[in-house]
This record gives sequence, structure tokens and C-alpha cells, in this order.
Amino acid sequence: MTPPPDAVAHAVTEAADPRLAKKKFLHDAAERVRDSGHRAFVRKALGGYYATRDAQKARYRDYEQARDAASLAKWSAVNRLDELLPLFAANFAKNGGQVHWARDADEAREIILGLLRAARAKAVIKSKCMTSEEIHLNQAMEADGYGVVESDLGEFIQQLRGEPPYHFVFPCMHVRRDEISDLFQKHLGSAATSEPEELTMIARRHMRRLYVEADVGITGANFLVAETGQISITENEGNARLTAGLPRVHIAIAGIEKVIERLDDLAVLLPMLATAGTGQPLTCYNTLYAGPRREGECDGPEEMHVVLLDNRRSAILADPEQRDSLHCIRCGACLNVCPIFKNVGGFTYGTTYQGPIGSVITPHLRGLADWNHLSGASSLCGACTDACPVRIDIHHHLLHNRRNAARTAPGFLERLGHRLFVFAASRPWLFAAGGWAFRRSLGLLKVLRPPLLKDWLATRDLPPAPPRSFRSQWGRR
Amino acid sequence: MSPTRTGGARETILARVSEALRLPAPPPHLKSHALEPAPTGGLPVLPLEAARPWLPDGGDSADESRRILGENLGRLRAEFHRLADTAAAAEFVARLARDRGWRRVALHGDPLVTAAAGGLACDTYRVDAGSFDKHALEACDAGVTTCEALVAQTGSVLVSSATCGGRALSVLPHVHVVVATADRVVPTLGEALDAARVRHAGRLPSMLSLITGPSRTGDIERILVLGAHGPRELLVLLVG
Repeated sequence: MTPPPDAVAHAVTEAADPRLAKKKFLHDAAERVRDSGHRAFVRKALGGYYATRDAQKARYRDYEQARDAASLAKWSAVNRLDELLPLFAANFAKNGGQVHWARDADEAREIILGLLRAARAKAVIKSKCMTSEEIHLNQAMEADGYGVVESDLGEFIQQLRGEPPYHFVFPCMHVRRDEISDLFQKHLGSAATSEPEELTMIARRHMRRLYVEADVGITGANFLVAETGQISITENEGNARLTAGLPRVHIAIAGIEKVIERLDDLAVLLPMLATAGTGQPLTCYNTLYAGPRREGECDGPEEMHVVLLDNRRSAILADPEQRDSLHCIRCGACLNVCPIFKNVGGFTYGTTYQGPIGSVITPHLRGLADWNHLSGASSLCGACTDACPVRIDIHHHLLHNRRNAARTAPGFLERLGHRLFVFAASRPWLFAAGGWAFRRSLGLLKVLRPPLLKDWLATRDLPPAPPRSFRSQWGRR
Repeated sequence: MSPTRTGGARETILARVSEALRLPAPPPHLKSHALEPAPTGGLPVLPLEAARPWLPDGGDSADESRRILGENLGRLRAEFHRLADTAAAAEFVARLARDRGWRRVALHGDPLVTAAAGGLACDTYRVDAGSFDKHALEACDAGVTTCEALVAQTGSVLVSSATCGGRALSVLPHVHVVVATADRVVPTLGEALDAARVRHAGRLPSMLSLITGPSRTGDIERILVLGAHGPRELLVLLVG
């Protein structure tokens, strides 16, 4: 079933009230894990990824050491952001580009809408950019009367469906081809087909006119090169090349953590991003932009803008223990291997960044109190940490978030429980009496199912009660 | 958006960043000893030379690099042809245009491209700085460009807006034909970026793009389809 395409994008996945985020997660997760069709479809879609990724990893002469190099390149850049961020801004300005600084999402949207007004934009084309999802840019542009088209095939499909991306690298991996065919029939008036190739060509034909007509192109950026003042964009389809090449104005949005020091760093980071993300030697187009069209060049925009977004990234930076979560190059490898992601799916998270890395950074970006439940959305198997091409200690950060949540705002019941335990454990007679009562009542709990244990008992059985306490068994030996 | 407001944003963000970095973060857990971070004080600098031997092989000799380049282009479903001289390249391009029934081919003003397009019987459209017309370019069946470098390690073609006909020529037409002399083959990505930096010392082109195979997408059920928005076909002609 295709959901109504005109539905407001985030209605589908975001709880209206952030305090309901946990409730929504538990509800959606419970629903998704029972949907074996969804699970099988997602597993099948990822099956090819594992094979190509492993084949490409095997072509490295030493993949583990290459991970070291990538990790160190990001570590040394993030830890010198105070020096490299102004250096990037200065060099980008020297190249003829304009730099804008946005403390938060509101400011970023305001800057971009201001640029669109100044450019008298009539048609805007966008290439895939998760930072723009983070600041809900499309909704703001539409509210201001700007038509905007997502050019990445997956994002275009999601835009027509009225849904945000399901996975931040594979935006519509949950959608079947027949659903896409129906969608294109309805919106583009194309004929029905079950061939992915034909569907892709329908979108290709539709989009070409839009590239040529658009007067503003909006992209993201994967890396900001400080020493040369270039931005680097990674993509497979060629849509970002066209978005940054044909319109009169190019606007790129990037988080401040995207800065790297040297052009040479890309010789390691680009192959690692491609291998971990999709199993390619290099993604099809990796493009460096240094400002608008130069004198003597035959095409390119008249203006180029970069919007540097903080939006609480500096708060992650201030936590030395979890600072390395800013090393993330958004390859999506941790999602692809995560047993939780594969079972609950991308929408259940209700976040811009799904999967393990999203569970680590979302509590920082949007508040630990409302998003700490994501720290529990992990089996702590460490598959994410193993998969990370820049060696972010992802699963330990989930534990750090749990600890921090317990420190800053422990739940009332948890606090009460610990108090009672301390009280009883420091009084041996009370401990023994409590144990005796508990052993007698364990069977009763199974039958009564008190509300406190209901969730736990829904998927687990209580063990049989031992006849005697540990202490009495020990005493007999 | 007043200038004072954005001015304020720059200072606020930089102040937050400086404040945040007052506490040092531990270095990453590394497997390697070659990259041991500096023991005290200053942050270590990544020696790219150290990383190069770990990345995929780009070949130790010119012959080997050309062989690896050909293999990688094959895996990427791009075509790779070695041609004896520019006359052979011209003949190849002319035959391709005839076989495919191309009506109009886009070019740029480069001696090698001009020579390779010398035998074309169909219309040509030459992009230049004075009179660029995106509608005319969109209507072309194919684009012919030269390149800055061919990267053996990844099978990539490095093009620039300064030397390869601007930004759109290598991505808007349905077929992209790259003509290059044999000296453009470099073993690794690092060397390709170095070469571009040396060639454009002090004034980098507004665009440098690494093209690795024909445009592709896997967005529909993760099934590979070539020609998503960029060229469906990529042909690399190595001359000499």
C-alpha cells in the first residue's frame, strides 16, 4: 500500500511531541519486528551490499591500516576545528565563495530563504543532503512558496511519497518496485513497469528539463578542505554534478564537523567512504568545488554559498569522550550491519540520522531526556564499531549515553529500586527475608503479571525459583 | 538576515568550538604502529605516504598501471580502448558516431579533442566561455573531453572545469568519451590530486571531478542501473 503522497513529510515518522518519542519508538518497533515481509525485504536488499563490500575490502593491501589512516585524518581535523574552520572559511572566500554561519536550524533556514529571495529563485533543484533534512529545509521552502525538487532518485521517490529518507544513504530501500511504478504513474503519468531500469529512465527523462530550468541548486557537502577552500561532494547518479553545474546559484549546506585539513586526506577518505558505504572502489562522482565559475571557464554558477551549521555539534565537540562521533563520514555502514536497524527499520527511530550512529548523536542534538531510549536500541554486539571506516567507538558511546542519562536524570523507579536494594543489602537479616519472600512469590508474579513487569514478560519467561538461597547452599558446603 | 546577526553567528560558533576543545580527546585506538600519534603536545599529522601502501594497488610501473586501469574500468562497466595515435582515435570516434546514429556531439577546444573529433560527419557543438548554451548541450547525444588524469587504483577519470570543457560537458550528454594521452595515467588517487594541484598551482579550477564509471543508481531495490542522471556510457580512449 502506498501512503497518501500528499501527507506532510514528517507526520509519518516524527512524534508531534518530542516527549512522545520513546512511546512512538516502542510502539513502532513492536509493530515492525512482527512484519516478516519487511524484514525479509530489507535483508534481501542488503545481501548484495555485504558481497560487494567484502570484495572491495579484499582489494586493499591492508584495510585495517587504511582505517587507521582515515580515523587519524578525521581525528586530527576535528580536534583542530578551532584552527581549521576559520582557515576553510578564509580560503573558500579567497576562491570567490561566500560563507554563512548558522548557530541552529532556524538560522540556517533563514539564511537559505534569504539567498533564494535575493536570487529571485523560481525553480530550485536539490541533490541529496541529510543536513537539509536535519533542518527541515524543504518544508520551510515550500511554506515560503518555492517549488523544490529532489534530484537523487531515492530522495525523489521519497519526496513523492511524502516520507523522509528511510536510510541516510539508501533513502527508499524499503520501497518495492511496483509501489514506485504506481507512484510514477500517478505523478509523472508514465506507463506501468516492473523493470528498475525503466523506472530509472522515467525519472531521468523527467529530471533533465528541471536541471536546465532551475535557477538555484542546493547540495550538501561530504568534506570541506581547509587548505584549499574546496568542498567535496560524493554521489553516484550525477545529479549533484548537474545541480552544482547548471543553475545560476549554488548553495551548499554542511555541518561544521565536515572540515578536513588537506586535499591529500581525500586520497584515503574517499575510497574508505565508498568501500564502507556501498562496496565501490570510489563512488561514481567525487567532485571538488572551489567557488563559482572562474574567468575563462565555459559554465558554472555565478554565485556559490556555503552555509556552515553548528546546531549543537559544538556540544558533542565539548564531550571529549564522545567527540569521535563527529568523525562520522555518513557512509551508513553501521546501519547496514545493525541487527536492530534490520529488525525495526529506518522509520522507527524517528530521527534524521538512523541506526547506531543516529542513536549516539541524536540525544546530543535533540536532548538526552527525550532520546535516551535510543541508547537502549542496541544489542551491544559491536557490529557497528567493527564496520566503522573511521573507527568510531559507536557501541561504547551508547553505553556512555545510558550512564549519562542515569547520572543526570535517573528515573524515579530506578532510583527507588536502587535505594531499596542498598537498604536491604546492608542488613543481612532483611536481605535473607527478602530473598525468602521473593522465592515464594516468583510463581505468583508469572500469573499476576504486574504492570511493572508486563513489557519484560511479553518476550521472556521467568526462571523457576531455586528451593534454597545461595547463602544457604554456600553454608552447606 | 542582518550582517550583524551572521557576524554574531560566526563569533559564537568559533567561541563554542574553542571552548569545547579545551579538554583534549584521546587519540583513536589504532591497529598500526606506523601511525602512533605524537607522544606529547602537538597533534600528529597523517603521513599520506604511510597510508598509500595500504590502499588498493595502482601498479609500480607504467605498464602495470595501464593494465590495472583497464581492469578497473572493465569492472565499472566502462569501455577502455588503447589506440595507436590520434588518427586511430579520430577513426574510432567517427565509427562510433555512425554506428550509434549520433546527430550532434559536444566538444571543447582542446587540441587532442579536436583531433579525435576530426572525422565526425555529424553536427558538433563546441562549448566555450563566450556563448555557453545549456539547452544546446542538453540536446547532444555524446560529449567528448580530455582529462587531467586517469587513476589506475580506482579506474577514475579526473576532469576539471578549466581544462575539460567546464562543468556540464562531462555529465549532461548521454555518452561521455574521454580522450587521453598515455602520460595521463597515474597509479594512485593521491598522485592524481597532486598532479592537478601542481598543474593549477595557486589557482585551482572551480571544479575538479573524479568520474568512476558511468552514472549509476541502486535506489530501486538495490539493483544496479547505469545512467541515472549522468552518462549511461563512459568510454576511455588512451592514445599512444
